[in-house]
Amino acid sequence: MLSVQNLTVNYGSTRVVDQLNLALADDEILMLVGPTGCGKTTILQALAGLIPIADGEITLGAWSATAKNPVPPEKRNVGMVFQDFALFPHLSVQQNVCFRLKDTALADHWIDLLGLGALRNAKPSTLSGGQKQRVALARTLAHEPVFILLDEPLSNLDAALKDSLRWEIRSALKEAGVPAIWVTHDQEEALSVGDRVGVLNGGKLEQLDTPETCFCEPASRFVARFLGEASFVPGRLEQNRVITDIGEAPGTPVKGASGEVDLLLRPDDIDLIPLPSGGNGQIRWARYEGGARLFAIDLDNGAEVKVRVSHEVRADIGSRVQLAITTTHPLAVFNRE
Amino acid sequence: MTRLPGSYPLALLIALFALVPVGVLVSLASDTAQLFDTHNLKVLINTLALMGLTVLGSVLIGVPLALLTAYVHLPWRKFWLILFAAPLAMPSYIGAFTLYAAFGPGGEINNLTGLPTPAFYGLPGAALVMTLYTYPFVLLTTRASLLSLDASLVNAARTLGMSLGMSLWRVVLPRVVNGIAAGALLAALYTLSDFGTPAIMRLDTFTRVIYVEYNAFGLSQAAMLSLQLLAIVGLVLFLESHVKATRERPGRRLVLWPSRWQVNTLLAVAMPVPLLSIVLPLGIFALWLVREGTGGFEFSYAWNSTYASLLAAVVAVILAVPVAHAAVSGKAGRLMERVTYFGFGVPGIVMGTALVYVGLKLPFLYQTLGLLVLAYVLRFLPLAVGSVRSSAESLDPSLVKAARLLGASPKEAFTRITLPLTVRGMIAGAALVFLEAMRELPATLLLGPTGFETLATYLWRVYEAGYFGRAAVPGLLLVLMSGLGLALMLTGERRGDFDVTEDSKR
Repeated sequence: MLSVQNLTVNYGSTRVVDQLNLALADDEILMLVGPTGCGKTTILQALAGLIPIADGEITLGAWSATAKNPVPPEKRNVGMVFQDFALFPHLSVQQNVCFRLKDTALADHWIDLLGLGALRNAKPSTLSGGQKQRVALARTLAHEPVFILLDEPLSNLDAALKDSLRWEIRSALKEAGVPAIWVTHDQEEALSVGDRVGVLNGGKLEQLDTPETCFCEPASRFVARFLGEASFVPGRLEQNRVITDIGEAPGTPVKGASGEVDLLLRPDDIDLIPLPSGGNGQIRWARYEGGARLFAIDLDNGAEVKVRVSHEVRADIGSRVQLAITTTHPLAVFNRE
Repeated sequence: MTRLPGSYPLALLIALFALVPVGVLVSLASDTAQLFDTHNLKVLINTLALMGLTVLGSVLIGVPLALLTAYVHLPWRKFWLILFAAPLAMPSYIGAFTLYAAFGPGGEINNLTGLPTPAFYGLPGAALVMTLYTYPFVLLTTRASLLSLDASLVNAARTLGMSLGMSLWRVVLPRVVNGIAAGALLAALYTLSDFGTPAIMRLDTFTRVIYVEYNAFGLSQAAMLSLQLLAIVGLVLFLESHVKATRERPGRRLVLWPSRWQVNTLLAVAMPVPLLSIVLPLGIFALWLVREGTGGFEFSYAWNSTYASLLAAVVAVILAVPVAHAAVSGKAGRLMERVTYFGFGVPGIVMGTALVYVGLKLPFLYQTLGLLVLAYVLRFLPLAVGSVRSSAESLDPSLVKAARLLGASPKEAFTRITLPLTVRGMIAGAALVFLEAMRELPATLLLGPTGFETLATYLWRVYEAGYFGRAAVPGLLLVLMSGLGLALMLTGERRGDFDVTEDSKR
């Protein structure tokens, strides 16, 4: 089990990671997300021992590292999968995977499992991006780390490959049964792959929870916006129900919100009915997405709301619509800003 | 990062060492009375005229060939590129020698076919030879720039109704002007420092006159001329440092698909260039070999060349390692590296003059092999430094991190990752120095101990004595060396789709 307490990292006089706390269970996958420059990669490098830390403590089984008592990377038994793969160019796939292994049985296991059998003697320069990342993963897993860090492992790959490799990596990690921290800037990847999601902003962890909780009950407007399309509609909170101009819904107050509040609505929490006239809003723009349509609506009360409905619903830009909240599960409620 | 990299003191020492020749020349030249006279003016004009004509010629040949090899879809694309770039690897004195011997009344072509051919000597002859052996600089720098351009701009111009020729002229060439200029300046630099070609073509440029002064025991006058030449070299180097490669967003390369007869016409038009620069020297040497055999050639010449060059290569790489390490460690180290590049700009004849004087002052060095090796090292150290440095730079830092995370100690990471990945650069650097030293002529002429004949100096003696036929074996061996050099440059740059850089020869 990995535990991180008050981890702080500075670059010169700039604080990049600020008082980070987290703990990981035995085969848990934690997704760290956040915008560029929020300190995601810095956290990984600090956990791996590749950069010095300013304060805090990292503990993992046999060792414990602090600012005064750093543990060199090779003593940490941490595995890392790099964004640019970091395969040794002068070694073959087999030699890369077996880098420091005397017994190659485990290497063979991962090479076969990840479908690299035919490429054993190939040099990294001849591999495709997806193959390189599989080799990097096999190399990391074959060395039996007690803990794995993945630094945007899919960001150098094309979209089609990302989707399939994502699940391959997840099942390999689960098969190995080791905890992992996986850094990404892709919110869809974060929500779908991880057991838990940590949302970073400016070096601080804004929320650390299951994907469902982070998405439905975000700890802040930043988290709400970062994990998906978010609209905020003004309303009044009365006995756990929020009353707005477009209907009512059960509400979960965030940070003690009460009275005049903003209700967080996701595009599929609302229904849309086109009208010749009347209604409560007007279409600003529409996007056809294949199976669905996404509409942006200017409500008559001034709020802007995004709604996703079946592609069968057609409506022209500028035409009137009637919006109604259809969801029955509780929605997050924020204090009015 | 308060601690200074450990390589700094050593690199600083080597950098200061590289400045020795200039110091020597300045103190030597201060003895002389003649600062500048009318003969001097004529030498200056000759030198500048040769440089100007060569730059013009190399641009006129190099740019069209760059367009041809970069954009036109040719059968055996690689072959044509290698053929057109090959003169880069040949020492130009080989070309000057064979062109001089082949043309004119009583020349080999006249003897064989009875056809009257124009003689090549003086300024036109020297300019032709220098053009034939320096245009590859322009070809390669321009081609690299062309390949970095996105084809969509040309395609946009053509869809807007501009003809292909006009699009190349108005849309492509303005964006590769810096690439052309970089190559042209390298050609100018090479022309300034070349000794063999003006000497054989009997054109009084600085390099030839310095040699004449040296032979007439006017060492201080030679030093004064050397300083004047260095000033021009410095000016060209200054210009070169101000030519910046313009970086554009990389995109797809433009590919033109001309018809078969168009391709054949283009190649036929280009053919005289490799015919004169490659085929003619080979043909002439082969002719002499058949006619006169191997007479006069001694195996010791080849051994002397090899032995001195091998020593130079080993010493250069040993010195290159701390300099390269310093260069990647920080700004000050980068400056030290720049200083060692200085020797590259010093023409061989100038380096020779400076070190002859060092030999006179330090008798234990006079007429020793050590002094010659020192000259080679000072001149060609940058080749080794560049090669070692680029292999150290291309070493992705995350590789060492990855090794450490897999459990390797810093020492193990160094021996298993860093060293194997940089040792290639060291071997490549040593090989480049070796091959350059094998072909070096002027410094070897001045510094070789009495009786120490190398392939290049023997070729020179044969020329001076007029026994041209005896040049066959040393000539062919030197061409062979050049071929090996080219092969080395090609394998070294394999990943970059054969972009032989300007580092390969100067």
